[in-house]
Amino acid sequence: MSVTTAHNAKRMYRFDLTKRLVAKLHRDEAVIGGIGHSNFDLFTAGHRPQNFYMLGSMGLAIPIALGVAIAQPQRKVFAIEGDGSLLMQLGCLSTVATQAPKNLVILVMDNGTYQITGGQATPAAGGTDYVAIARGCGIQSAAWAADEADFERLVEHCLAADGPHLIGLKLDEQGPAGQTERDPSQIRDRFMRGMGAKKSKLTT
Amino acid sequence: MQPWHEIVVEQLKANEIRLIPYVPDNVLKPLINAIHADPFFTAFTTAREEEAIGIVCGAVMAGMRGMALMQTSGFATLANVLASLPCAFQIPALMMISERGTLGEFNIGQAAVWRTMRPTLEALAMEHHVITRLDECGFIVDRTIRQAISTQQPAALILSPLLTGGKANPVKAGG
Ligand SMILES: Cc1ncc(C[n+]2csc(CCOP(=O)(O)OP(=O)(O)O)c2C)c(N)n1
Repeated sequence: MSVTTAHNAKRMYRFDLTKRLVAKLHRDEAVIGGIGHSNFDLFTAGHRPQNFYMLGSMGLAIPIALGVAIAQPQRKVFAIEGDGSLLMQLGCLSTVATQAPKNLVILVMDNGTYQITGGQATPAAGGTDYVAIARGCGIQSAAWAADEADFERLVEHCLAADGPHLIGLKLDEQGPAGQTERDPSQIRDRFMRGMGAKKSKLTT
Repeated sequence: MQPWHEIVVEQLKANEIRLIPYVPDNVLKPLINAIHADPFFTAFTTAREEEAIGIVCGAVMAGMRGMALMQTSGFATLANVLASLPCAFQIPALMMISERGTLGEFNIGQAAVWRTMRPTLEALAMEHHVITRLDECGFIVDRTIRQAISTQQPAALILSPLLTGGKANPVKAGG
């Protein structure tokens, strides 16, 4: 993977990155959007039944994605997690490294802040490097995206090669492009159908 | 009669509960060992109980049933994620909690956190049953799992020291 450092990674727009990711998904890949803006932008990029939009359980996008990845090893599974959220559940990177699901890809949306609660700096504002943490936990395939084109190349690599993978994304200060419809039982129902885990005639 | 952990393993298998993430506890040790010894299960430790709940919820939504194992103190870290993930989304995430803090507890911290468990379960309106007797163990485990799955609700099974023997103070009072 690339040798971009946290320091020289370009600051990019989360919604644009999310759209670029979704445009590369052609095999019903699962995508788990973490709390707040991570899932808002996933929803706004266009709902697909393989998307899961998490609500209040801050930090659990990666564990949820790991559960999906273990249950369905043939399907690629993406977790989109904010930096503040990842900080709350850093231990999950060790669990991912040890379980080593080949089909799991983690995107860390690093804006240095808790954007949804008012843009306060996270305790990691002093320079924590999430890609280095991931490598230290044992996730070998971990890289910062240098820019948008590099991100697309990294996503293609993650789709083609065995993981687990982690891509670090430095974000600019722009807010989300929309909001998710907060209807959890409907979200769960759609997602289970999208995963082929639920068959039902209650369709309309 | 079979020991409690063999009964639990039988019921987990009968109900296709394959994924077992856990944060360990001494009382759970025979169950954890039996689960690791059986290739039917996928079992591993997580750094936090919250993580185990997330993993079980993800797996259940993708068609693989699971149960998180933990101690009373681990359950006490979970109110937010239970309320906002399995309760709100109606996901039949299962939990098995080994009960510390009562019937001979020697650690005041464990005793204090024990008092938060039932009020939390009740405030979450979460189905929960305490298993105290060997002859009821299989029935309670089986029926609780089936109800959780058919009603799409999380549920907790509490292993009482009356069932497991618990963890008693090695030093007698005054000794
Ligand atoms: C356990 C817990 N603590 C606090 C909150 C409140 N909260 C919701 S979102 C959020 C910030 C999320 O930050 P990050 O993951 O970096 O995403 P961003 O808002 O920057 O997109 C906080 C603190 C919560 N939902 N749960």
